[in-house]
Amino acid sequence: MAPSSQPRRAAVIGGNRIPFARANGTYAKAFNQDMLTAALDGLVARFGLAGESLGEVAAGAVLKHSRDFNLTRESVLGSSLAATTPAYDVQQACGTGLEATVLVANKVALRQVDSAVAGGADTASDAPIAVSEGLRETLLALNRARTAGQRAKALARIRPAHLVPDVPRNVEPRTGLSMGEHMAQTAARWAVSRLAQDELAAASHRNLAAAYERGFFDDLVTPFAGLSRDENLRPDSSVEKLARLKPVFGKGEGATMTAGNSTPLTDGASVVLLSSDEWAAERGLPVLAYVVDAQTAAVDYVTGQEGLLMAPAYALPRLLERHGMKLQDFELVEIHEAFASTVLCTLAAWESEDFCRTRLGLEAPIGELDRSRLNVNGSSLAAGHPFAATGGRIVASLAKMLHEKGTGARGLISICAAGGQGVMAILEAA
Amino acid sequence: MAGAYARLVNSPVGTRLAGQLGLPRPVPLRRYAVGEPLVHGAVLLGGPEPAVLGARVGELLAREGVVVVGEVAEAVGGRVAAVVADLGAVERPGDLDVLRAVVAPALSSLQPSGRVVVLGRSPGQAREVAQAAARRALEGITRSIGKELRSGATANLVLVDDGAEGNLDATVRFLLSGRSAYVDGQVVRVGTGTPVQPDDWTRPLSGKVAVVTGAARGIGAAIARVLARDGATVVCVDLPEAGDSLAGTANVVGGTALQLDVTAADAGRRILDHARRRHGGLDIVVHNAGITRDRLLANLDDSRWRSVLEVNLGSILRMNEVLLGDDGIRDGGHLVLVSSIAGIAGNRGQVNYAASKAGVIGVVDALSVDERLRARGITVNAVAPGFIETEMTAKVPFATREAGRLLNSLNQGGLPVDVAETIAWLSQDANAGVTGNVVRVCGQSLLGA
Ligand SMILES: NC(=O)c1ccc[n+]([C@@H]2O[C@H](COP(=O)([O-])OP(=O)(O)OC[C@H]3O[C@@H](n4cnc5c(N)ncnc54)[C@H](O)[C@@H]3O)[C@@H](O)[C@H]2O)c1
Repeated sequence: MAPSSQPRRAAVIGGNRIPFARANGTYAKAFNQDMLTAALDGLVARFGLAGESLGEVAAGAVLKHSRDFNLTRESVLGSSLAATTPAYDVQQACGTGLEATVLVANKVALRQVDSAVAGGADTASDAPIAVSEGLRETLLALNRARTAGQRAKALARIRPAHLVPDVPRNVEPRTGLSMGEHMAQTAARWAVSRLAQDELAAASHRNLAAAYERGFFDDLVTPFAGLSRDENLRPDSSVEKLARLKPVFGKGEGATMTAGNSTPLTDGASVVLLSSDEWAAERGLPVLAYVVDAQTAAVDYVTGQEGLLMAPAYALPRLLERHGMKLQDFELVEIHEAFASTVLCTLAAWESEDFCRTRLGLEAPIGELDRSRLNVNGSSLAAGHPFAATGGRIVASLAKMLHEKGTGARGLISICAAGGQGVMAILEAA
Repeated sequence: MAGAYARLVNSPVGTRLAGQLGLPRPVPLRRYAVGEPLVHGAVLLGGPEPAVLGARVGELLAREGVVVVGEVAEAVGGRVAAVVADLGAVERPGDLDVLRAVVAPALSSLQPSGRVVVLGRSPGQAREVAQAAARRALEGITRSIGKELRSGATANLVLVDDGAEGNLDATVRFLLSGRSAYVDGQVVRVGTGTPVQPDDWTRPLSGKVAVVTGAARGIGAAIARVLARDGATVVCVDLPEAGDSLAGTANVVGGTALQLDVTAADAGRRILDHARRRHGGLDIVVHNAGITRDRLLANLDDSRWRSVLEVNLGSILRMNEVLLGDDGIRDGGHLVLVSSIAGIAGNRGQVNYAASKAGVIGVVDALSVDERLRARGITVNAVAPGFIETEMTAKVPFATREAGRLLNSLNQGGLPVDVAETIAWLSQDANAGVTGNVVRVCGQSLLGA
């Protein structure tokens, strides 16, 4: 390799998101494109990028209308960035935002771009509704029909049942089980208590509220549609209040998962700005952190061999090995709170000697994580989880938190995703 | 801009009625657009010898290619765009008569949005009582002319300190141009200082870094736009809750958005760090963020009292400690505060607001004579807007609002851009001679006049 093509560090400059709203709440009428554009415009304003042509923008949405086939590029065109900024869509379920970050970080590292934005948007309020398969087949036949007779014949095939639309549901296509039901199985397997889940949820709200109060989000969040804080945030949430809620996932006595310790459906968008050191220095932009490495993993949840949301547990040892690190070396750890039990099961797995030996092939367990390093400014249980927007939220917040810790501090991000997948990344304070 | 009254008197029926009744008729004001000439027509220049200031203005006008005449009859079509009268030489009240001879014939020949600019010497520097009286008389004359003028024309007085003759240009340019559309009946005092003329008068703030607080909307957003248009890089500051409109402003002006509450203890430090880090320094600070929490004094609660004083005044004092520190605003920089005519005249139901806005003037008074700042060439001025059409004034009850629009010599409310243009002028290096001024942007409002 010529010296100029040596890989370089990809810097995280900062991020921006709009406050997350509960589904059918404040953003009920907003489209993914509106939200992603707003998130971009806030980022552009924060970093003075109006009219600039960036290397690229990679973002995506999990719930996507067919009209949004070019969501990210359309959002760029609607934003204050130069129209000469290329863009494309990325999708890896709830891992979308983090995967997009890894993707553009790699491009920066490989000198394919000097600057890039990664992000995602999702709306559970404006979910695409598809026509039923029967109606779709009929309409396609109608489209192919050449004569009036053929058309009449095609139309005659429509049945009342065909007119019931297909609303997307949060279920795994291969098991027919919702994510919550899957998680309930895993939670039962790891015997995660209701109290532990409620405590984690209460801490998430408490930490997020405190971070807002401290002004932590002043340069991470830009209001949208009249909302300036996450709509799901309950600063007065407590274990006692959460204990009153009825379980919604799992069955019978052992059911522990409630609407309080599960993430609600949410609308929102987030973006992260990455670049080379030089690009940042030219603009006087301080670097918060660097993307050190990333790892994805997937599990076989279909046969029931592993829990749907357990893939991150498998990604970690590969990362640790590559960097000669221990879990305990991270000063901050962000584990996306799809459900409180997701976090607790993952931590339990890492502590389990049996799991680490038989499943991860490790001689010793990964061990315990100092909980004071976990999700210190709150996570998805409080903020909400607009699927593709969660990665950007975490990357930007963690980069800032690490920066506050001081040069060299490392942080870990773990995000589970539908389809039995997981995405992980390591950031290091600049 | 058009209030209910303006719409009525400018309707076909209303026009006739207003004419018959002799009611005031608001006209659209001449406002600056990039590349516009200073004036659209000839300028009548006169005054008793030695007209040192007039000569200076004559040179300026010649450079700008403006036709200068000594009598209305010399002007094409018998109309003039402006009258500049140099009364710098008056020694005693008897000398003032010349002004009548120079200005009076021109008034009826003044174009719409015409200008009367009277030049004089500072009464405070007069050698004799009679001279002080004569000099001060110019103020009464100019303000009265302002009230007699019609069709958007304005009259302003420029008082020049001894030795500051060379510092006149930026002010005369401002007053003649469409930038001063809503500045009427004002006295601007030009002192010593070291003005630096810009290379390009369409970008007088080129290369400068400015901070504007309260930039999300209203007057602040207009200030950001005008400073950027004049060449400055603008840091736009507003509350985190206003972040989306703030981003809109920042992106339109190609600046940066900084979401912060100006009352935060570290607001000044964060502003300065941002400006230095991102833009390499800080040249211009505009303290514009402000709130009203109106109540009659008898009903004024603690929170309304305190929040207004804190946002409109306390925060400025605190931020200034950092912004005016040695590593703060650069030498030769400019600080502009936004006061209000309520701070001059007082206002019913606005004891808290008037306190804060009068306090702002106190800040200007003190800082403009601060030896350290003077040595560093930093100017400190304030604008005091009158009735400006914004969301703040849209909250004012209808009758009061209509009155606010009409009770001034221009018979209309001003626009945010009018305040912004005035601030941009006070931010020019070319205007370094002007410090310690409080310039009202009020269309010569009757309030506090
Ligand atoms: N509109 C008028 O007629 C008028 C007249 C005289 C003076 N003024 C003054 O002009 C200035 C601007 O007024 P406007 O009419 O544009 O008002 P506005 O209410 O439209 O805008 C004021 C801006 O200041 C921001 N702001 C308020 N508190 C803040 C804080 N603590 N930190 C940061 N930003 C804060 C607001 O969010 C808002 O964006 C104010 O100082 C006001 O007192 C206005």
